[in-house]
Amino acid sequence: MHDHEHGVHAAQTETTSPHELRVRAIITLLMDKGLLSAEELRRTIEDMEARTPALGAKVVARAWVDPAFKARLLADAKAAIAELGIDTSAFITLKVVENTEKVHNVVVCTLCSCYPRDLLGVPPAWYKSLNYRARVVVDPRGVLKEFGLELAPDVEVRVYDSTADVRYLVLPQRPPGSEGLSEEALASLVTRDSMIGVARARTPAAD
Amino acid sequence: MRRVHDRGGWPDAGSIDRSEHDLAMWEKQTDALLRLLASRDKRILRVDELRRAIEDLDPAAYERMNYYERWLTAIENLLVEKGILTREAIAQRLAELAAQSG
Repeated sequence: MHDHEHGVHAAQTETTSPHELRVRAIITLLMDKGLLSAEELRRTIEDMEARTPALGAKVVARAWVDPAFKARLLADAKAAIAELGIDTSAFITLKVVENTEKVHNVVVCTLCSCYPRDLLGVPPAWYKSLNYRARVVVDPRGVLKEFGLELAPDVEVRVYDSTADVRYLVLPQRPPGSEGLSEEALASLVTRDSMIGVARARTPAAD
Repeated sequence: MRRVHDRGGWPDAGSIDRSEHDLAMWEKQTDALLRLLASRDKRILRVDELRRAIEDLDPAAYERMNYYERWLTAIENLLVEKGILTREAIAQRLAELAAQSG
């Protein structure tokens, strides 16, 4: 029993799956060699859990209320987002693509799972699924319909295929009825799926 | 010839399972392990190497494995390929851990 294994014992439930054992074997062997520590692992998982779509939503809401920011965002996303105090240094190239009345953008990674993680957190399982990757590039309208989003025939659909070096974030359209809302209230309308492009932003609840 | 990871337009793809699930701890650990090994401080492996190792998986294994199984297998293969770990040491540690958890 190694005293540095505590960091990886949290995973243990009543039954230990083969995957849990395997990742623990690799981690503890690397710890034995001094190549990583339980503390580093804990911090990395914490950082992963702290990255959520709320970061992307903050960017979108700012773009909705500040046209000059939006222009900077579309021109140089990394620099504009850094203005909001969000660390974008892990991105090599980040491109923000804007949905309009005439153009709808949707993002995929056909080869694997590249995704703007530092703005949206870890991708949902369906984004990484073989079926989404296969279909959205050949039948984007059909896939969007499956997600509950029907686009008018005259709306052009653009599908962006991500790579390790170039990641995309969709800037959804500001929903009708959101005039006069605070930036914070606007951010609450911006869903993860609307920033991948498989949904619109929420419309404000009428009350 | 098209390789198994290159899924754009892959024929006979079915409906998309949109169910949401939180990552299991082993999945978070696998993700964190890659990020640490590829971090600027360590540079033990690179994301492009991970991708290559995933793309090198046997096609049947690629289809069968879930997402983080592919990652974990690829990380293990890379660590062995680089001479950092050996298959024997991994097998031995697995046996020890299995005995402890049993």
